[in-house]
Amino acid sequence: MSFDFLSDKDRIFTNVYGFQPWNLKAAEARGDWDNTKDLIAWGQDKIIDEMKASGLRGRGGAGFPTGMKWSFMPKESKDGRPSFLVINADESEPGSCKDREILRHDPHKLIEGALIAGFAMRARAAYIYVRGEYIREAEVLQAAVDEAYEAGLIGKNASKSGYDFDVFVHRGAGAYICGEETAMIESLEGKKGQPRLKPPFPAGAGLYGCPTTVNNVESIAVVPTILRRGAAWFASFGRENNKGTKLFQISGHVDKPCVVEEAMSIPFRDLIEKHCGGIRGGWDNLLAVIPGGSSVPLVPAAQIMDAPMDFDGLKEVGSGLGTAAVIVMDKSTDIVQAISRLSYFYKHESCGQCTPCREGTGWMWRVMERMRTGDADISEIDTLYEVTKQVEGHTICALGDAAAWPIQGLIKHFRPEMERRIVEKQGGGLMEAAE
Amino acid sequence: MPKLTVDGIEVEVPQGATVLQACEAAGKEIPRFCYHERLSIAGNCRMCLVEVKPGPPKPQASCALPAMDNQEVRTNSDMVKKAREGVMEFLLINHPLDCPICDQGGECDLQDQSVAYGRGGSRYDENKRAVTEKYMGPIIKTIMTRCIHCTRCVRFAEEVAGTEQIGAIGRGENMQITSYLEKAVSSELSGNVIDLCPVGALTSRPYAYEARPWELKKTMGIDVMDAVGTNIRFDSRGREVMRVLPRVNDDVNEEWAHDKTRYAVDGLMRRRLDRPYVRRDGKLVPASWAEAFQAIAAVNAGSSMGAVAGDLLDCETLFAARELLAAMGSTLIEGRQTGLKYDVSSLSAVNFNSTLNGIETADAILLVGTNPRWEAPLVNTRIRKAIKHGAKVYAIGEEIDLTYKAEWLGNDMGLLATLPDAVADVFKGAARPALIMGGGALGVDGAHGAALALAETFNMVRDTEDGPWNGFNVLHMAASRMGGLMLGWAQPGGIADLVAAKPKLLVALGADEVDFTQFDGSFKVFIGHHGDKGAAAADVILPSAAYPEKNGTYVNVEGRVQMSDKAVFAPGDAREDWSILRALSEVLGHKLPFDTFAECRSAMVAAEPALGVEGLASFDWAPPKLTASPSGPVGYPIKDFYLTNAIARASGTMQRCSAELLHGEAMLEAAE
Repeated sequence: MSFDFLSDKDRIFTNVYGFQPWNLKAAEARGDWDNTKDLIAWGQDKIIDEMKASGLRGRGGAGFPTGMKWSFMPKESKDGRPSFLVINADESEPGSCKDREILRHDPHKLIEGALIAGFAMRARAAYIYVRGEYIREAEVLQAAVDEAYEAGLIGKNASKSGYDFDVFVHRGAGAYICGEETAMIESLEGKKGQPRLKPPFPAGAGLYGCPTTVNNVESIAVVPTILRRGAAWFASFGRENNKGTKLFQISGHVDKPCVVEEAMSIPFRDLIEKHCGGIRGGWDNLLAVIPGGSSVPLVPAAQIMDAPMDFDGLKEVGSGLGTAAVIVMDKSTDIVQAISRLSYFYKHESCGQCTPCREGTGWMWRVMERMRTGDADISEIDTLYEVTKQVEGHTICALGDAAAWPIQGLIKHFRPEMERRIVEKQGGGLMEAAE
Repeated sequence: MPKLTVDGIEVEVPQGATVLQACEAAGKEIPRFCYHERLSIAGNCRMCLVEVKPGPPKPQASCALPAMDNQEVRTNSDMVKKAREGVMEFLLINHPLDCPICDQGGECDLQDQSVAYGRGGSRYDENKRAVTEKYMGPIIKTIMTRCIHCTRCVRFAEEVAGTEQIGAIGRGENMQITSYLEKAVSSELSGNVIDLCPVGALTSRPYAYEARPWELKKTMGIDVMDAVGTNIRFDSRGREVMRVLPRVNDDVNEEWAHDKTRYAVDGLMRRRLDRPYVRRDGKLVPASWAEAFQAIAAVNAGSSMGAVAGDLLDCETLFAARELLAAMGSTLIEGRQTGLKYDVSSLSAVNFNSTLNGIETADAILLVGTNPRWEAPLVNTRIRKAIKHGAKVYAIGEEIDLTYKAEWLGNDMGLLATLPDAVADVFKGAARPALIMGGGALGVDGAHGAALALAETFNMVRDTEDGPWNGFNVLHMAASRMGGLMLGWAQPGGIADLVAAKPKLLVALGADEVDFTQFDGSFKVFIGHHGDKGAAAADVILPSAAYPEKNGTYVNVEGRVQMSDKAVFAPGDAREDWSILRALSEVLGHKLPFDTFAECRSAMVAAEPALGVEGLASFDWAPPKLTASPSGPVGYPIKDFYLTNAIARASGTMQRCSAELLHGEAMLEAAE
C-alpha cells in the first residue's frame, strides 16, 4: 500500500461518526464558527478566488468546479431581485449516505458554510432542502439552525459581520427527482417536482425567478475549513483536477461497510483494504463495483481494482465518481437482478414529464426483468441497448441518462451472462432446432 | 436579430425567437406535440429535437432553445431522424391502437406524425398501460389511455382559461392528466382543450362518434352567440351542422372559441320553425306561406308598423326590414329588446374602441357593471393577458369570479363620479387607461354619461408613442348590436317609443327577449327560426334561417365588419330572412328593389358603405354630452351563460351544461 492516506489532522469532518454531540458548543470546540466574521471580511471576490484555487469540484455528482459556479451569480441586482443559495440535502441516490452524516452529526459545518457561500454569491438566504425520509436529520438540522440564530451567527448581522442572512430548512416529500436542481427549485416553490428547461439556468432565473445557485451539502460544508486552512492545503490532496478530500460511502460486499473521509484519487484497493476490511471472500471473489452511486455504469473487478477513485480516474474506466457511493458486489451477486432493481428504481422515480424517460424507463425495466429470468430473445439485448440510447441524451434532465447508464454498463461487461440465461431458458428449444 | 442557418438555409429571426421558429422561417417542418404558439413552452414531448452547433453533441429541443447568432441547425441529419423515431416509438408504446374507433382519427397529430417521422413498426412486446377515465364535464369526453402527457390542456386551463382545474397527478409512467377531484371543468372555454389535444384523449362529448372529419363540408362563418364575432368554421354533413370549430384570427378570437359557440349548434336541429303558422281562435295552426301573408295583409296596417330585431341577426336582414318599414312609411325600428335606451348619436361612444387586440395593451382597466367572463369570454381572456403584462384591473359591480384578480370597488354606480383617490391615481398615471362598460351599466340612468366623463377626466383618448389610443369601451352582448346601430335600429327612448306608438303591425325579427305583453294591441309577426318566446307571442310565424343557413354580414363589438357563408339549408319551408321580407313587401304593396341576396347586399352597401368593407369600421370620436349622475347598484344582464338565446336554449348540450355547471351544486344540495 503505497498511498498516502489522509491523516486525522487533515480531516474536515471530525465528527462524521457522531462520537461527539452535534450541538453548537461541541461544534465550536471542533473549530466551527471560529471567527466567521473574519472570513466574511475577506470579501466576495477573495472567497471565490480561494475556492477556485482549492480546486473543489461539486460533491453532488456532476463535479462542476464550485468556485466557478458561484462566480456565475450576478454581482449586483439590477432589478431588485435577491439572490438565493439552495443547498441540496435531498440525498436519495441509492448507495449515497454522506450528507446524512453531515446533517445529523456536523450540521454547524453546513450552516456556517451556507453563510459564507451565501455571502460570497451575494445571496439573501439559503434554503436547505432535506430529503423527506431524513426525519431525525431534519430535526437535528433545524435545531442547529435555531441554535445558530439564537447565538446571532445567522440572521440579521450574521456573526456580527454586518451581513444579513437567513437559513431555512425545507423538507421534501420523498421524490428522488427533487434532487435535480431545477426540480428542487420547483418543489421549493410549492409546485410538482419536475425539472425545468434550461436555459434559463438557475444562476439567471432560479428560485422564484431570482438568481439561484444549488450546491450539494458536502460542497458547502467543506467551505469554512478550506478557507481557514487555505486553498493550498485542500489542493494538496488528490491528483491534478481532482483535488481535496472526499467522503466515500462504501456499501455492499465488504467486511466493514462505512462512510469515510479520504483523500481524492485513493486507489480502490487501498480504500477497501484500509477502511473496509477487504472484499468479502477476498479479492478473487470481487465481481463488479458501482463506484459512484446507482446512476453510473458498473465496472468489472479487473478494471476497478487499481483505479484511482476520482472524477477522471473513473471516467477512464467508463464510469464516474458520482457521489462516491461505492457499491461493491461479489460473485454471489445476481448482477442482472441488481441492475434490474436499479431500473425499477428509475422507473419508479421518473417524474413523467418528458417522453423518453416516462415511457423508456418502464420499458427498460420490463425487458430487464425478462433478462433476469432469461425469458427473452438474444436479439432483445441489442434492442434494449438501442432503447437506452434512445433515452440517453434526449431528456430534459439527467435522470434519463442515469437510467440508461447502468444498463449500458451491464450489457457492455456482462453480455455473456445475459446470453447464457437466455440460452439456458430456451435450452430445450434450441436443441430441438439443432436436430 | 440573430442570423443562423437551418440545413444550410440562412435565416434571420427576431430577438427572442426559438430555434423551432427559425426552422419554420426557413421552411422546415418541425414535428411537435407539446409546443403551441399561444401557450407557454413545456419542452416535454421531445419530438422537436434538432441538431444544433455549437452545443452539446446531443439533439436539442428546438421549441425551448433560443435562436442565436451563427447557430448551425440541422433538421435532416441521421441524429435527428433517429431521435424523432425514438421519441415516436416511445409515444406509441403505450398508446392504444384504436384509431378506427377514435374520434380524433383523420385529424390526429399523432397519426400524422407517426406516418411522417415514425419507424415502420414497434419493438415493444410488453403489456400496454391502461388509464381510468376521468370525468371532465358535459363537453369534454376523455379516453385517458390515449394521453401522451403533452400538458397542453393543463397549460391552457391555467394560462388562458384561468381556471386551474386540469392538472397532472402521479409521476413516471403513472402520471395522469385529470380534473381535480373528478369535477367537471367549469370554464366557459373548456372546449378549446379538445382542439388543443394532439391525440384522442380529450374529444368532444356531444360530437362523439357522429362523423369523420373527411365526411364534413367546411364553411367559413361568423359566430353570433356573443358580440365578439368569433371566426368559426361550420363542419356540416348533409343538412346538419355537425360541429363548429374556431378559425384563427389574431384580431378577434386568436384561435379560441367558447363552449356556447362550439356546442350550441345541436340546438339548430330542435324546436325549429319549419313552416309558417297563423293564430286562429287563439291557437297557432300550421299554414301555407300564402295564408300567412294574407293574414298579414289583412291587418292593413299602412304606416302604423314597427319592428324589433333580435340578437342574432345579420346586417342584410336588418337592412331589408328597415327598407320595408321605410317603404311603408315607418321608422319605428329598435334592436335593444330589453328596453335599453342609451344615446347613440355617436357610435364611437358605444363602441369597443380599444379593439380586442388593443385591450391587451391597456395598463389600467376599469370594469363598469360588466361580467366579461359571461358577456364575452374571449374579451375576458384578453383582459387576463393585459394583467399578465402588468395591467391593474378595477371593477364596479357585484363581486364575481372573473378568473383573475380584480379589485372590487363596490356595487354602486355612484363610484363612477367618486372613484377612490388611490384608484384615480393609478388611472392618472397610466399610459393606456381603459374603461369597459357592460350591458348592465348601460341600463343605469346617467351611467353612460358618467363613464364618458371619466374617460375625459383620465384622458383615455390620447395619442401615444405607438399611435392613437382610445380606452373607452362598451361591451355589447348581441351579435346584431353594432350592425343594427349602424343601420339605425335605435329609437331615442328605446323600445318604449314603439310601445307608445301602438303600431297595428309589429314585426319581430328573431326577437325572443322582448316582453310582448307591451304590444297586446298589435298584430305580431314573428320572423325567426326557433319556437321560443317570440314565436309563442306571435299572431303569424314566418320561419326563417338561422346563422349557418344564410350568408350574412356581421359587425362585432369593436366595429369589425365580417362576412359569414351559408353552410346548410334551412329546414322545411323555412326561408332566408331577406327573401321573406322581400316577399312580404310585395304582399304589402311596396316591393323592395332587390331579387337576390347579392342585390340586397349591394343595396345595403350603397346605403351604408362601411358595411361593404371587411375590417374595422371607423367611428370618429365625438362623445355626446350626457347627464352624468348615476347611482345605485348594477346587475349583470346574463343570468345563465349557457342559455342566452333561442338556439342555445334549444340545445341539449347547453341545457346539460347549464344544469350541471351552473346549477349542479344547487341540485346536489336539494337532493340531500
